[in-house]
Amino acid sequence: MSEVFIFATLNGLVTGLLLFMLASGLTLIFSMMGVLNFAHASFYMLGAYFAYTISGVIGFWGGLLFAPLIVGAIGAIVERYGLRRVHASGHVAELVFTFGLAFLIEELVQFFWGRDTKNYQSPEIFDFALFSLFGQEFSAYRGFMIFIAIAIFAGLYVVLTRSRVGIIIQAAISHPNTVANLGHNVPFIFMCVFGTGTALAGIAGVIAGPVLTTFPGMATVLGSIVFIIVVIGGLGSLPGALIASLLVGLLQSYAIASDVGMPELLTLLGISFDRNHPLNDLWTLNLPQIAPVLPYLLLVLVLIFKPTGLMGNREE
Amino acid sequence: MKTLIAAGVTALALLSPSTQAQEPVRLGFMDPLSGTFASVGTSGYTLLQFAVDYFYNSKGGILGGRMIEIVPLDNKQSPTETQLQFRRAVSEELRFIIQGNSSAVANTLNQTITRHNRRNEGQEILQINYAAVDPILTNEECSFWHFRFDAHAIMKLEILTDFIAMNEELESVYIIGQDYSFGQVVADNTIRLLGEKRPDIEIVGNEFHPIGQVKDFTPYVTKIASSGAGAVITGNFGADMVSLARSIIDSGLDIPIYTFYAAYDGITATLGADGKDRIRLIHTDRANPVLSEARSEFNRAYKAAHPNFDVTQSRLVNALMMLVQAMEQAQSDDPYEVALQLEDMRFTNLGGEELWMRGEDHQLIQPLFISKHTDEGIEFDADNSGFGLFTEYAVSGADTALETSCRMRRPRR
Repeated sequence: MSEVFIFATLNGLVTGLLLFMLASGLTLIFSMMGVLNFAHASFYMLGAYFAYTISGVIGFWGGLLFAPLIVGAIGAIVERYGLRRVHASGHVAELVFTFGLAFLIEELVQFFWGRDTKNYQSPEIFDFALFSLFGQEFSAYRGFMIFIAIAIFAGLYVVLTRSRVGIIIQAAISHPNTVANLGHNVPFIFMCVFGTGTALAGIAGVIAGPVLTTFPGMATVLGSIVFIIVVIGGLGSLPGALIASLLVGLLQSYAIASDVGMPELLTLLGISFDRNHPLNDLWTLNLPQIAPVLPYLLLVLVLIFKPTGLMGNREE
Repeated sequence: MKTLIAAGVTALALLSPSTQAQEPVRLGFMDPLSGTFASVGTSGYTLLQFAVDYFYNSKGGILGGRMIEIVPLDNKQSPTETQLQFRRAVSEELRFIIQGNSSAVANTLNQTITRHNRRNEGQEILQINYAAVDPILTNEECSFWHFRFDAHAIMKLEILTDFIAMNEELESVYIIGQDYSFGQVVADNTIRLLGEKRPDIEIVGNEFHPIGQVKDFTPYVTKIASSGAGAVITGNFGADMVSLARSIIDSGLDIPIYTFYAAYDGITATLGADGKDRIRLIHTDRANPVLSEARSEFNRAYKAAHPNFDVTQSRLVNALMMLVQAMEQAQSDDPYEVALQLEDMRFTNLGGEELWMRGEDHQLIQPLFISKHTDEGIEFDADNSGFGLFTEYAVSGADTALETSCRMRRPRR
């Protein structure tokens, strides 16, 4: 049992940190512009596809370097020539804009790369087991994923809280007019933040592509869960996003690993139901089956008991 | 002079019906052409379009010179969208709908078409199901207006469990599948059939996961590994199939994986060398070695026209050819007449295999094959990867036939 627990923890950690790479960019953009970027997961998909193409020419490391840069540049262009114009019409327009963008990117990806699954593989130097426990291997590539995610969190945290750039960004979030009066180019800062946020999503795509498979539906699969994380963590809070990501990752992983469900609960309570009971499906439900729904349940609970999110301090 | 021109015009007008192109025979193709499952739908659409041109349109059409036109109906593999597309098909006066992906969609379509046909006599629609394998479509829910060209899930599972039972060393299996009708059918019947054939094999896991929602299969693989299973059986398709297989391979778990849909559309290339000799699938097509020259020629012609596609679903070609033969025999494209001709039709397909459309339940009886993912002995590979399917085990059509509980309501005319 302990082996299942250890591996479930590791799996949860990997998933959680991957989600964090996406959520960090999203929450950064939200805290800055006050708008949820529905196309965020699409930039993640773009990252994976660019990396797939680039890695075919100059190898995985080239992909890891250039794909996020390209995605970040696309993000910056989208902000500069799309979002900024739409911004004048208010938040709803921005929301609808990013919503449309998500569809557009998905269609474009299918147009250029086709609809089939892409054979995007992790580099050969990671083709070994980092360690082996109870006959199960933990691949080196997953270790690498954990490393990158932690590096990103540390880097972002230091930049945002300890550097001059971070101070200006934080000031631009809360007092844009004052910052502009001090001679800083606030729209330029916004563009950079948006670019950085999308580049982070790009990195997540580059790294996740080989493990979670690169296919046109990859954005849809992750899209909604990332929003949940940002809301659970508290909109605009980086540490909140990290905690929520790990929480969601571990919650799902433990739920899948567990073998309990309604039958066990009912036996415990001493109740039994006929197999032909109209609600038979409900009485035979088990935890692994509902694992993917748990984050949504968590979202509902958080919204009821702490509407600002775990670490959020936004009071409207 | 004027009268001469007038005469000429009249003559032209009289001639025109025979010189002008005739009304095409229009076939609806309803499958996901966008969204998460688009790759399967697109590969089917491309193949069907090619087969239509290759066999008929380039040779003067059917029914005395009528071309076949394929009308794509993108249902995004959702039952709701299917209803909308069905209404579109009705308003465009399509009389044949070719559909394959997802049993949920096929069941919806089956009910919708049966109801439509009962209420709209003379405007009936025929459902040509080339891939949805929920057994009820040719059992409890069978319909005169539905023909299935794939073998249903229990037929396939009978053969697959026969094959698994031959592995003397196997002690335990783990079943994992998508949480919907087909996944449930696979799980229930695998347990039942293995219990009959090899009671000593232990079922160490029976897991369902939501369809198209799982980001990472590693947590599931952890469970599989710790259960000590000797093999995995799954009915997963699309991204769920690739992710599952990749996670099993990446975790260093060296056990065979028995599947239904682990090939083509990028799946074979993604599995590559890591999946060699480990992944087997049950299917209706002898992919390698191809035994007939006609089939080889078709494969090569398709590859020449579409270098990035493969002949992924030859049963789509079977369905098309049998449908056309039924139209020719009936000398009509009226669904009722065509359906009567399709019933109990015996047909030799491109690969030289004998097919029989059983009249009782409209289930095609055809040979079934178990093939493995390998790069040895592969003439026609998948995804241009050098890897493909090599057939290890073949069962003749007669041995795959199962009894049906179908009690068909036949329309009277």
